[in-house]
Amino acid sequence: MNRYVQWLRNNVFSGPVDCFITLSLGLFLWWAMGPLLDWLVIDAVFSGTSNEQCNPDAACWIFIREFLPQFIFGFYPEDERWRVSLAAATAILLLLIFFLINRYFPKNHSIRIAFPWVVLIAYPTISITLLYGSFLGVNIFGLNIVETHQWGGLFLTLIIAVSGIVGAFPLGIALALGRQSELPVIRAFCRIFIEVWRGVPLITVLFMASVMLPLFLPNNIDINKLVRALLCIMLFSSAYLAEVIRGGLQSLPSGQQEAASALGLSYWQQMRYIILPQALQQVIPGIVNTFIGLFKDTTLVLIIGLFDFLGIVQAAASNAQWLGHAIEGYIFAAMVFWCFCFLMSRYSLHLENKNRIQL
Amino acid sequence: MSPNKIDRKDVIVFDRVNKWYGDLHVLKDISLNIAKGEKWVICGPSGSGKSTLIRCINALEPHQEGDLYVNGDKLIDSLAHTSRIRQQVGMVFQQFNLFPHLTALENCTLALIQVKKLTEQQATELAMHYLTRVHIAEKAQQYPNQLSGGQQQRVALARALVMEPEIMLFDEPTSALDPEMIKEVLDAMIELAESGMTMICVTHEMGFARQVADQIVFMDEGEIIETAPPTEFFDHAKCARTQQFLKQILSHN
Repeated sequence: MNRYVQWLRNNVFSGPVDCFITLSLGLFLWWAMGPLLDWLVIDAVFSGTSNEQCNPDAACWIFIREFLPQFIFGFYPEDERWRVSLAAATAILLLLIFFLINRYFPKNHSIRIAFPWVVLIAYPTISITLLYGSFLGVNIFGLNIVETHQWGGLFLTLIIAVSGIVGAFPLGIALALGRQSELPVIRAFCRIFIEVWRGVPLITVLFMASVMLPLFLPNNIDINKLVRALLCIMLFSSAYLAEVIRGGLQSLPSGQQEAASALGLSYWQQMRYIILPQALQQVIPGIVNTFIGLFKDTTLVLIIGLFDFLGIVQAAASNAQWLGHAIEGYIFAAMVFWCFCFLMSRYSLHLENKNRIQL
Repeated sequence: MSPNKIDRKDVIVFDRVNKWYGDLHVLKDISLNIAKGEKWVICGPSGSGKSTLIRCINALEPHQEGDLYVNGDKLIDSLAHTSRIRQQVGMVFQQFNLFPHLTALENCTLALIQVKKLTEQQATELAMHYLTRVHIAEKAQQYPNQLSGGQQQRVALARALVMEPEIMLFDEPTSALDPEMIKEVLDAMIELAESGMTMICVTHEMGFARQVADQIVFMDEGEIIETAPPTEFFDHAKCARTQQFLKQILSHN
């Protein structure tokens, strides 16, 4: 007990000015938080099934509960939702195995090197088969086809975000290396690519991809709208990522590459074993920053008619039987987005600290 | 057209080599013949082109004119060729340039595994042999920033030696070290010299030069001013510039 009193005395009541500031802030919080708490929790309605049971002067969490399946699965047919759950469960399981392998196998163990590659090839194939029903026209499980316009909700948001991140990362590295290349054509291509994608708002890009691209393509070629949105987000983020990674490349002393060259390592070996491990480590905060931005940018796919998590929440808020609950919807959406972003931020901190001793 | 191969006992031949950085003429008509097993020390004021000279030998710097032969092979601008030359030429840098994300041992095994395609076990054995030779085997599992400057430089020496090069280049290997650590690195270099390695050292350690060198080269403003064996170089330098340089550096030592 004494310790806490001591802490309070040292940190928030250490002088007349401190006491004044602490007390005024406390009063302000009490004044401001009271009504907020009333609205959010105390007067709010948690149980029930219809809009009539809600308190018009407080939050109505029944709304969230009633629509939760839709928030998660979008318009995916109810009888087929187990497929989404199964794909998600597999992803979580694989992630768990990944962490366990990294924990219990030494740094250069072949399982540790092979596992991510196997997952990277196998998982998209399996999950596309599961979610869509067939993969490249092959329907091995005999599942019903669920067109991508029925996909939506949190699961669509996660699909766009994860494939965007997984695709943008290698592309960003390639662009960053290309921009430093000694070959003028490659260097110019990468610079133009980066400047063009960075100079255009994502909304414009998505809009062009969904409305204008079909005008230029021959009639018989139809690229799925989701795939187009995915590609846009991937390319868009890779341009930002490339600049972040370039910062890391430039932060390394030139002696590193010289020493690697002097040992006879080829350009790609130098990049793979010497330059990139250090450069990426240096810019983990910037990389994660870009990924968090990408995650939140997925909400923009609404304007091309894809109902991501936020889009579904908005749609539910304008449901005629449940009018007047947009605020609850947005608070819920904000909390979910925050959780995912916070998770990424913590993981980045963990990665930063893991290798701190060496650098 | 000069021949692509020459047949002689000299392992390094500079034949009227010229190099420019833009308009700056940094190497002027350099000609040198270094025979197998010889130890050469290159000295001169800073900016005289001595580092550039040895960095041309393993093609870290390209030269624009003249021919350079390593082990009888002419240096040409080809990736495969350059990689082969670099495996025969080891290099130790002023700033050590160890890879900070790898342990001392991994610093030594990386090129063995990736370039020479040894198994991890073979590479580890060989690396431990050379780490033992430079008296740093007990630090094999440490990361570079856990080591002192002198220890880092000895790891860097081991990293170059594991590739079993025929020629070793030293670019001011002791200049970035605290005085009390210079000796441990020089001792390792002297041991290496006694084993018969061909060595080219850019250094201001005149005691080392006197003890080990077969020939000492004095460079100034991109030119070789004087080349002589140590006794002659220190006691009967011919050029005024050499004498002046020696006076400055020896009074300092």
